[in-house]
Amino acid sequence: MSLDYVKFTPGFEKFMPKEYRDMVDHGPFGKKTTVSQMGSFKEVMEEHPMCAGCAMTLFIRLAVIAFPNPEDTITVGTAGCGRLAISQAAIPFVYGNYGDQNGVASGLSRGLRLRFGDKPKDVVVMAGDGGTADIGFQQVVHSWFRHERFTTIMLDNEVYGNTGGQESGMTSRGAVLKMAPLGKKFDKMDMVGLAKLAGCAYVATVVPNNPRRVESVIKKAVLVAREVGSSYIQAYTSCNIEYAIPTDKVMEDAKTVENDRYAFSEYISDEAKEYLAERYGYKEYLPKPAAAVAALADKA
Amino acid sequence: MSETKTNPQGDPVTSMEPEQKTNPQGDPITSVAVPKADVKKDPHEDAKKQRVVTLEYLLQEAPRTKEFITGSEAAKEAIRRSNVDMAIAYPITPQSETMQLVGVLYGEGYVKEYYRGEEEVGVMAAIAGGSRAGVRCFTATAGPGTLRGLEGIASWPGHRLPAVAMFTCRVVNAPLAIQPDNIEIAYLLNCGMIVFHAENQQDMFDFIMAGFIISEMNDVTLPVGVCCDGFFVTHARGYVRMQDKSMKLPPREAWRGAVPVLDAENPPARLSRDAPVQKSNFMAYNIHAVWQQEVWAAVERSRKYITKYMGGLCTAENMDKADVVIVASGSAAAQSREAARLCKEKGIKVGLVKVRSLRPFPTKELRELCKDVKLIVVPEFNYVGWLAKEVATAIYGHSKAKIIAGPHVYGGQSMPVELILDEVESGLTGKKSTNVPLSAIMGVDDPAAMAHFMRSI
Repeated sequence: MSLDYVKFTPGFEKFMPKEYRDMVDHGPFGKKTTVSQMGSFKEVMEEHPMCAGCAMTLFIRLAVIAFPNPEDTITVGTAGCGRLAISQAAIPFVYGNYGDQNGVASGLSRGLRLRFGDKPKDVVVMAGDGGTADIGFQQVVHSWFRHERFTTIMLDNEVYGNTGGQESGMTSRGAVLKMAPLGKKFDKMDMVGLAKLAGCAYVATVVPNNPRRVESVIKKAVLVAREVGSSYIQAYTSCNIEYAIPTDKVMEDAKTVENDRYAFSEYISDEAKEYLAERYGYKEYLPKPAAAVAALADKA
Repeated sequence: MSETKTNPQGDPVTSMEPEQKTNPQGDPITSVAVPKADVKKDPHEDAKKQRVVTLEYLLQEAPRTKEFITGSEAAKEAIRRSNVDMAIAYPITPQSETMQLVGVLYGEGYVKEYYRGEEEVGVMAAIAGGSRAGVRCFTATAGPGTLRGLEGIASWPGHRLPAVAMFTCRVVNAPLAIQPDNIEIAYLLNCGMIVFHAENQQDMFDFIMAGFIISEMNDVTLPVGVCCDGFFVTHARGYVRMQDKSMKLPPREAWRGAVPVLDAENPPARLSRDAPVQKSNFMAYNIHAVWQQEVWAAVERSRKYITKYMGGLCTAENMDKADVVIVASGSAAAQSREAARLCKEKGIKVGLVKVRSLRPFPTKELRELCKDVKLIVVPEFNYVGWLAKEVATAIYGHSKAKIIAGPHVYGGQSMPVELILDEVESGLTGKKSTNVPLSAIMGVDDPAAMAHFMRSI
């Protein structure tokens, strides 16, 4: 990023809005910030028009904080609730057409690589379950098969929230929603299985009530997508309106759903492990020394 | 020095060409073979030697040599000289040949990035992504592919995305057919993109190259569609005068556009953040209304560049003292030229106006050219007569000419020049046309006929 555009033009500082001055003085650009520092710095995504108690908003806030280089990250989305919040962030956001986010991201990330070479320009797709598993399905899965180097994040609230509560492919079987008046007749789509089958180098499922875990998976997914291949994160981000979850019970619901169908899972290809260990110092993925492996085998 | 290889005919084989192989029946195998591993030559050698020249020099001054090639090959040669960064392909007849030839250019290093997309929705999305990244993008499609990709294509102008798309027009299903028919242009005319219609292989070559330049002008910043009539142009050969392939256009300058590219080097455009969809109030409606006006104003502003780099939005031939004018675009212009020649033999003076740019449309030019003529004939390769509507709208109140919206051929039919000749003769004599219904003829000084015409075509 040209960090110049988050600097004041000399003499104009006192005329700039408070929000902008905070971004310049206390924003995360060019620094390393973490979710545990929340409240002590100006976040890239703060104001938003989302419903009270929206878990998706919390997840997006955490995700944006976790971007390894927010100043060089471009987000891509599609129709749905998520884009109402993502578009308010102080980083570029592409809102194209219905379900075209992974196609746009394919062209965008390749184009940026042509222009900037090895300089990281992270492309992160954030779209809903409908945008990812239904209308955008073909472009999502093909981008994975092509090993496109960007991150896909599904904001899975298991319903079309923005259009008023219709069944999606990610809705659980039996759920009664608009357009499924007799209850959904087929299972929640296994997009995690598909992601692995299609060759994603990093795949994780996560719920938003563990901020550090969210931060950890987002960071790894974005880093892996820089060089190794596609990465996919599927996050449960409940719709407390359509599923009638009281606002003070949203995190409780996330815990229940985590135990029911959203247990934390993480798949990292061997190549991605090696890359994370060598390039970014993830010691846990360093190859185990032969002696230690032998010792472990002896113990067993 | 290594020995020069020759093919079975004794011609030298360059290392870029696969060896001529034959199948068990002795027929040559023409499919693209994987280059042999022992070939030492850098496949990108020629591309690396290409040098950038000014667009004025390349488009207007550089010496050209003539070759007899297909329209698809002409498009390939235009792309070779256009400094294209990214091309995204998806097969559909009759466009497939064009995009696979562009793939050959990728193999040779003339195009930096290339892949076969999942289908047209994905391809048009990826073109939008590439254009937003600030690189020069190209794709091509046809008929059903155009309509499949239309949601994306129709959004490019609003996003202010420079790119060139080629439309090798064919029938739009159903019933299934792959024959030439340019009905798809009717859909493209109202997208807010710039639309050219190529008559022949030379036009394909010239319009594509000029298209990139016009598309990327700061006060334009719009996609350009270059249409041609499939097969008639893509698969048939014609003479094309081309500059030496050692030269190419200057690259796209990402900073030059009217809207910032999304590379995180510039402050992000607020178009997404403050999208009209976020609010339902007067300002939201006003934002969208003003944006639409600006897109179409940008289409208007492209006129000066079309005049400068393509020699005008239309061309006029034999207009001196002509009572009759045939207005045509695409390959219908070629049929019309021959019809005009036959008319001349019969002693009827017929002029020809060939429309090159459909968006923007040469309204002023047509008003001037048609102001004193008595009869205008508009032959087209589609059922609905979209060009006749455009012509009638443009010259209404500026000409008293009778307009015949026809003859029309469609579904893959070819257009015998005699059909056009018949319309000229019946139009002049008042004899009933055998090919064009009365409803598609606008009478002289007859408001009822005018109203019927505009309703019916």
